[in-house]
Formats: sequence, C-alpha cells, structure tokens
Amino acid sequence: MNRELTKSLYRTMLLIRRTEERILEEMMKGKLASTMCHVSIGQEAVAAGTCSAMQPQDYLTSTHRGHGHFIARGGGLDRMMAELFGKETGYCKGRGGSMHITDISIGHLGANGIVGGHLGIAAGAGLWSQISKNNAVTVCFFGEGATNEGITHESVNMSALWKLPVVYVVENNHYAMSLAWERSTAQQSFIEKAKAYGIPGVDVDGQDALAVYEAASEAIDRARKGEGPTLIGAHTYRFLGHSRADPSKYRSPEEEERERARDPLTIMRTKVGSDVLSDSDVEAYEAEVKQMLDAAVKFAEDSPLAQPSTVFEDIYA
Amino acid sequence: MPIMMYRDALRRALYEEMKADPSVFVLGEDIGLYGGAYAVTKGLLEEFGPDRIRDTPMSEAAIVGAAIGAAMVGGRPVAEIMYVDFMTLTMDQVVNQAAKIHFMFGGQIKVPCVIRTQQGTGRGAGAQHSQSLESWFIHTPGLKVVAPSTPADAYGLLRASIQDDNPVIFLEHKGLYAVKDEVPEEPFVTSLGVADVRRTGSDVTLISYSRTMQLALEVAAQLEQRDISVEVVDLRTLQPLDMETVLRSVEKTRRAVVLHEAVMTGGLGAEVSARITEALFHQLLSPVRRVAAADAPLPANVALEKYVVPNAEQVIRAIEETLAVKQQIAR
Ligand SMILES: Cc1ncc(C[n+]2csc(CCOP(=O)(O)OP(=O)(O)O)c2C)c(N)n1
Ligand SMILES: [Mg+2]
Repeated sequence: MNRELTKSLYRTMLLIRRTEERILEEMMKGKLASTMCHVSIGQEAVAAGTCSAMQPQDYLTSTHRGHGHFIARGGGLDRMMAELFGKETGYCKGRGGSMHITDISIGHLGANGIVGGHLGIAAGAGLWSQISKNNAVTVCFFGEGATNEGITHESVNMSALWKLPVVYVVENNHYAMSLAWERSTAQQSFIEKAKAYGIPGVDVDGQDALAVYEAASEAIDRARKGEGPTLIGAHTYRFLGHSRADPSKYRSPEEEERERARDPLTIMRTKVGSDVLSDSDVEAYEAEVKQMLDAAVKFAEDSPLAQPSTVFEDIYA
Repeated sequence: MPIMMYRDALRRALYEEMKADPSVFVLGEDIGLYGGAYAVTKGLLEEFGPDRIRDTPMSEAAIVGAAIGAAMVGGRPVAEIMYVDFMTLTMDQVVNQAAKIHFMFGGQIKVPCVIRTQQGTGRGAGAQHSQSLESWFIHTPGLKVVAPSTPADAYGLLRASIQDDNPVIFLEHKGLYAVKDEVPEEPFVTSLGVADVRRTGSDVTLISYSRTMQLALEVAAQLEQRDISVEVVDLRTLQPLDMETVLRSVEKTRRAVVLHEAVMTGGLGAEVSARITEALFHQLLSPVRRVAAADAPLPANVALEKYVVPNAEQVIRAIEETLAVKQQIAR
C-alpha cells in the first residue's frame, strides 16, 4: 500500500468534509450570498479517489454537488469561500456561487446547475483532446439521477463510439432529491448499463477511497491510451438532505443510521490501520484544515462585495 | 466579380477558416460522407478528413454539448444542426450552457463555437421542418445570432462567426441555398452586429433579414414605379442588433415597417418596433408596422404554407397604411 497516497487521500477527504461543514455553518449565519448550496458530506471518497488519479493536464466537469470535486482537484479555499460569500475576489467574481464554482487553471470546466447538462461538454473536451492530441483525459462526475437524462445517453454513446478520453464517474448516492435509485431505473448495475454502450462498467464501493482510486486510475489509463471511456458506478450515500431545506422524509432513520456508519473517513482509518494513519497524523490534518478554513473565511469576509454594475460584464467574451 | 451560390459561399467560408486555423472543425449529422442535408459541407471530408469533418450520431443535444466542451478547451467547432426545428432538442445546451458559461464562470472560460442551422419555409416541409425560431435565441443574452440574406454575407458573416469568441447561432435559410449572387474573389470578413442599407430611399424604412430580404427588395422596386421611395435595411445580425443604422434610417424617413418570416407574436419585429418607438416617438409620422407570419403552425402543403407567411401584397399594404397615417400629436 502506498502510504503517501493513503495519507493524501485521507487529508483530501477531511478537507472536503470540514470545508462543507464550515460552509453550512456560515450559511446558518447568513453569510452566503445565494440560497443554492448542496453539500456532499458522506461522498468525499469518490471525489478524492478519482481526482488523485488525474494528471495536471486533465479536465473535469462537475455538478450542483461539486465542492468535493473542486477541492480534490486542488481548488483554493480562499477564493472558493469568497465566491460563496458573493465577493468579487471569488473564482467567478461572486456571480457563480456554490453551484457554478470553477477554476479553469486546474482544468475544472465548471460545476453545473443543470442535471446532466455537462455530459455533452465532457464529451466535447474529450473530442478536442482526441483531435489536438493534448494527452488530457476528462473526468465527468454526475449523480445517478443524471443517468436518466437524455443527453447522458447521447454523450456516453458518442464518447464510446469515438473512443474519446473521457471517464464517467457516477456518484451513486442512491437518491435524486427524493427519488430512490430503485424507483428510477430497472437496471441498477453499472456493469450492465455500460454493456449497452460497448464500454467497460465498474461497480465500486464509493466509501472506500483507495478502491475508487484504483478504479479511476485504471479507467483514466485506458482513456489516455486511446481505448475509450469507462463507466464507473461509485456507490455512496449523502449523509444530509439534498439541500438544507430537505428533511429527507423519504428515507428511513434506520437506513440513514446504517449508511452513516459507513463513513469514508472512518473506513479508511480502519482499513489502513494506525500504522499508516496515526492519531497524530489525523490531529495534525485537523489543525491544518482548521487553519486553512479560518483563513479562507477571513479572506472572504475581508473581500469587497461584487458590485451590481458588474452584471453587465462578461456576458460576451 | 464571381457569381456564387449561397451554399457554396458558406462552404468557401468553412474551407478558408479550416485552412487558416487548425482548431476549426465541423461536426454534425450527415455532414461528411453525405455532404450535408443541404450540401453545404460537400467535399470537405475529402479535403480535411474524418477527424475534422465529423459525422455524428443523431444526438442533437450531445452535438451542441460537444461543440461547447471542445470550444471551452481550445477548439473552434462549427456544429451543424440539420433544421432549426431540431434546435429544440439542444436548448439546454444553447441557453443554459453556451450562453451562460463566460458570464457565470466570471469570464474564465470562452465558448468560441458556431451552431449552423437552417430555417424557413418554401418547400412544404411542414410544421416541424419550416419554422423560423430566431426569437428564442435573441431572447438569451450571451448568444450572438446571425441571419445572412445574400451569398456574400453568408460567406463574410460565417467567417466572422467562426473567428468570434462567443457562441454564435448562425441561421441559414433553406430557400436561399440555391440563390446566386456576386461574392468578391478576395477573402473578406463581414463584421457581426452591423446592418446593411441595401437600398436607399426617403419615404419609409423597410427592415428585414434572411429570405424576406428578397421580398423587401422586390416590394421596394415595385413601389418605385409608383414614386414611393423605400429604404431597405438588412439587419444581418439579430443579436447584437445594429439599432444605430436602423434609427439613422428611420430618423430620415420617419416611417418604418419590419418584415420577417417568423410568427408575429414575440417576434423580432416587436423588439425592433419598440426600440424605434422608444427612440423616435416624436419624429415618427405613423406607428411602426409589422409584417410577419400568422400565429399558426406551418402546414405541409405549399399552397397553405404560402397563406401563413408574409407576401408582397401584405408588405405593400403595410407601407401604404404607414404612408396614409399622419400622427396627430396631442398638445
Ligand atoms: C435538468 C434538471 N432537472 C432537475 C433539476 C432539479 N434537481 C437538482 S439536483 C436534483 C437531483 C439530482 O440527483 P443526482 O443526479 O442523483 O445528484 P445528487 O443530487 O444526488 O448529487 C434535481 C432533481 C435540475 N437542477 N436540473
Ligand atoms: Mg444522487
């Protein structure tokens, strides 16, 4: 087992977890500029495992639940927090918010508010990589709910047909708002779903960051070699509601309790043991993360608000 | 000057842009082997190969999505959607993605892509293959919308659209592909956002674009026999609108009629008319008139189709009425 990788995966998951907790805290204080905010608490292993398998030149497309992808890909907390606070120093100049967080300098092609809306964009980034031979792979994250959108089929088919360097990572948290996975599709296996597109499918435990890393590495390698896309179904769970307004009445407390016991952070510590990930490692990460978040919140607070007149900027390039 | 068909002028623009810039490529349904449903891309596959002239599956949303994605990371794609009616299947990609990305992401990412499609009546193509849907696109800030009426404009505006860093909806007209006219031999680019006064006159300004420009010029010629002097403005770019040219003309003629093939309600005519009225109310001698298609789906029967879309008589009547009214200014 790669100790450095393990440590870094854990640290990334912790960073995502604590950042989202802090975001919720700041939201309760009324600090966020927008009401749109979906956290991925419980799902950190998918983002961390996948993004750790990516190379610097790679791209990713993200979703409405995208903080984890952004952080795991190396997005900065200061400007992220500023974006959520509606400040002009934010990544999107304070006009994108949580749901549209983006940093092109790390190959992040945007969090998308339209479920499935970025599937075609991922295929297009892959298409350009194929034409221009830029050696980049595009990772396309989406929720299992998005598998039922028409453009998902169109795009996966297109990528499969042309063997585009795209990797599809489905964060199957088993719910699309209130709709359970079982109530939304007759075929719940990603191995089986992938067969219809003529590409490999993988069902992976999305609470196990190392397992996700393995699956993503293999898929990304295949894609980079020109062998086409892979459909990875990462089975995970969102510990909280769809958004803050959601009390999750559509699922049982027993189910929630059972799934929350499968916390990706604990799973990793148990799996690798204190030999690899010691208590003092974890304490050090906690302290480091806390400091980063305090600094990010301070940066956001101290930054100037986005000015109304800027709404007329950047409509056209 | 060489005479060229509208479709050949479009192909020339694609050819020259692809030769000049390796990041330009074309994707769409039946554009390669088949040469395009309206033969615009004929021969390009042989010239540029299947990587840059990509026959796609029948997946309109993914075609436009792929064009957007490629544009975001360095490509300059030109996507062809066979009929504007099929743009309905791409509306999320066009409206929520292409038009929003540059603004929403704080100016970080440009989307330099062109979506070419064709619209309009004249071939009895029916309710799902004949519409003129420009209003849907001009209603979305972030898009540019272009609708050339001549081969020279088709060429110059397509080149400008490909060179532009924004998503451009490029609306051709199925009834114009075979139209022949002069196109200068020297390469040129026609700026987006600039209308063209196609005929000067002093009594009334007739504003149009795309194929109804032919009707506009026909009517202007007819009315000249009756000593009615019509100035004809071709908008060419529908977003951004060149209101400066329109207003300069109407300031002179003090009367205006807007003509288009799209349905009347919520059409571009309403927008142009409102802007003229807001800017020049006190100079106008009569209300701005609109001549447009009736608010009806298009029948797949050429005779019935003709009944829905504007004709010369309607345009002449609108101009006559405009000339007959003198606004009584209440004081
Ligand atoms: C096209 C579209 N339909 C509906 C919505 C409203 N909506 C936002 S998130 C969501 C559920 C998405 O489920 P999933 O794809 O599984 O992602 P998750 O929220 O579970 O991460 C819905 C219905 C939307 N934003 N876009
Ligand atoms: Mg889900």
